[in-house]
Amino acid sequence: MTQINQGDDNSTNEGESMTTETVPSSLAGVAASRSSSRKPGTLPMGAGLEARGVHAWFNKHLALRDVSLDFGFGTVTALIGPSGCGKSTFIRTMNRMHEFIPGAAMAGEVLLDGKDIYAAGTDVTKIRLQIGMVFQKPNPFPSMTIGENVLSGIKLAQLKVDNKDDLLEECLVRAGLWSEVKDRLSAHGGSLSGGQQQRLCIARSLAVKPRVLLMDEPCSALDPGSTLRIEDTIGELAKTMTIIIVTHNMQQAARVSDYTAFFLSDGGPGQMVEVGPTSEIFSRPRDKRTENYVSGRFG
Amino acid sequence: MSTTIAAPPDKRVLITKPRTSDRIFRGVVTAFGISALLILTLIGVFLSVRGIQTFHSQGWHFLTNFKWEVVQNDDGTATSNLGIGAMLLGTILISIVALLIGVPLSIAMALFLTFYAPAKLKTFLVSVVDLMAAFPSVLFGLWGFFVLMPMVTYWAKLIYKYFNWIPVFSAPEPFFERSPFTAGVVLAIMIIPIVTSVSREVFAQTPLDRIQAAYALGATKWGVIKSVVFPFGSSGVVGGAMLGLGRAFGETVAVFTVLNIVFRGNWHVLYGAGGNVASLIILKWGESTGDETTALLAAGFVLFILTLVVNLSANFIVRRSVKSGK
Ligand SMILES: Nc1ncnc2c1ncn2[C@@H]1O[C@H](COP(=O)(O)OP(=O)(O)OP(=O)(O)O)[C@@H](O)[C@H]1O
Ligand SMILES: [Mg+2]
Repeated sequence: MTQINQGDDNSTNEGESMTTETVPSSLAGVAASRSSSRKPGTLPMGAGLEARGVHAWFNKHLALRDVSLDFGFGTVTALIGPSGCGKSTFIRTMNRMHEFIPGAAMAGEVLLDGKDIYAAGTDVTKIRLQIGMVFQKPNPFPSMTIGENVLSGIKLAQLKVDNKDDLLEECLVRAGLWSEVKDRLSAHGGSLSGGQQQRLCIARSLAVKPRVLLMDEPCSALDPGSTLRIEDTIGELAKTMTIIIVTHNMQQAARVSDYTAFFLSDGGPGQMVEVGPTSEIFSRPRDKRTENYVSGRFG
Repeated sequence: MSTTIAAPPDKRVLITKPRTSDRIFRGVVTAFGISALLILTLIGVFLSVRGIQTFHSQGWHFLTNFKWEVVQNDDGTATSNLGIGAMLLGTILISIVALLIGVPLSIAMALFLTFYAPAKLKTFLVSVVDLMAAFPSVLFGLWGFFVLMPMVTYWAKLIYKYFNWIPVFSAPEPFFERSPFTAGVVLAIMIIPIVTSVSREVFAQTPLDRIQAAYALGATKWGVIKSVVFPFGSSGVVGGAMLGLGRAFGETVAVFTVLNIVFRGNWHVLYGAGGNVASLIILKWGESTGDETTALLAAGFVLFILTLVVNLSANFIVRRSVKSGK
């Protein structure tokens, strides 16, 4: 089982990654600057989210074997790896979306604040309120207006809010969308561009105040401009929540994440090969397979 | 220096010469396609031509006249006073009851089949519901008469007892057998298959990413249904309900079996008197002559128009909600 925590980030990251520039130097450089710009000491400490020995099946097919990862509160962790290695499957076990697929099963534990979210008697809807999710394809509710979309989670979970307008503005500002839509909050969600829709979906997940945000390739359908805006948003959000992001874009992983976990499937079930501070994964990975992957010699 | 711009060449005529076999096939398919329209038009024309005399002599009064009387005069001629007001009122009354009961049941059934039923039970129930649609309506009528009616009469009495201060639930006299309410309940059961299967199909098409988005926001299953499935499927449900309405309008035998057909403008749903246009035709057809026959054909024409209007507006509603909804 791999443990990471805030302490690691503080002590090891900054100096080392600057000096050693082995495999792809540009990525390592980006990752290093990213890490040094973070001030983990100022983050509120929390137990965060922890995966312990997670396995996942689709019917008889074991898709994911024994993944243990610790996501410290306020960190951004990137999950990378070739297609089909189980990144999406893993991220979906983290807020119990996995079980919607008929025949899907899992083993292991996922701890939120030390409590197993799979424990009998857990209210799944409450779990998903705390662990939000942004999907690969922007999926706003097309029959709702922009404003209604942002507040839809409040309505769905029947939460009480004092001032809806304030919350609406706050979420849109944090998602980096406010200035573009503030004059047309009553337009339909489908009337936005793809990049705007994705930020709308982020704003929507923020409204219910999750403590963890799962993002499965949130930028894969977007142009470079929108992608950068969302990366900025991620940087902002990480000040107050834990973020796990799946990405195929190494540059993006290097830019946004504090930690990177490399997943791989050698024909069998997907496994986590290695996890560590992003700058280290991109500069001095411990495993040969990681090195091949991040240097582009593989996958 | 002058440059002469060459005039553009003549446009070429592009011809694709289909093979003979293709042409024959196209001809056959077109003929059958058009024949459906043709038959529909012919029925409409036939009914209107044969019934036109009634409209000439009666005018709009034909639709609002509650009487249906043929009096034999002493000199062998007959004086007739014919109108379908009572039957039109009955048609509407029965159809409303059928929709009010049938549509919610169908939606619940469709939701159960789509989102709750285990796979095996679902396959089984779907074929049962489809089978229900294929049942001859006289069976529903007989079953309604012998099994359902005693029950429905009991409910009617209860409703009357507690709600007779609401005008539609009052009754001129406490006679609750064979009422429009009874017919409506039987019709409700008859429209369930069509409304259920249309609703089920649209519910099942709800985009998965929207469903997942709602779940990821902490929605319960009911929340997902309310916020995602209904907005997506509402047009389909309306379309299904309109198809059901079409069936309810035209239903003949089942209504004929359970309803006490009386030529009186009765809008008390619980009171045992009523009828609908289709059952009127069946009731009077065998014995009618002269004016009465013409009037029946005119009634048929009215039914034809009603059905056409319902189905066209079903289309319209579905299209409009597709545009605004998705
Ligand atoms: N709904 C499903 N039913 C059956 N098998 C599935 C399903 N979804 C994924 N799998 C299998 O699980 C394995 C992991 O898939 P997963 O979607 O997690 O990969 P991924 O790492 O997210 O890939 P990508 O980068 O292409 O999104 C694959 O072998 C895939 O075939
Ligand atoms: Mg994936």
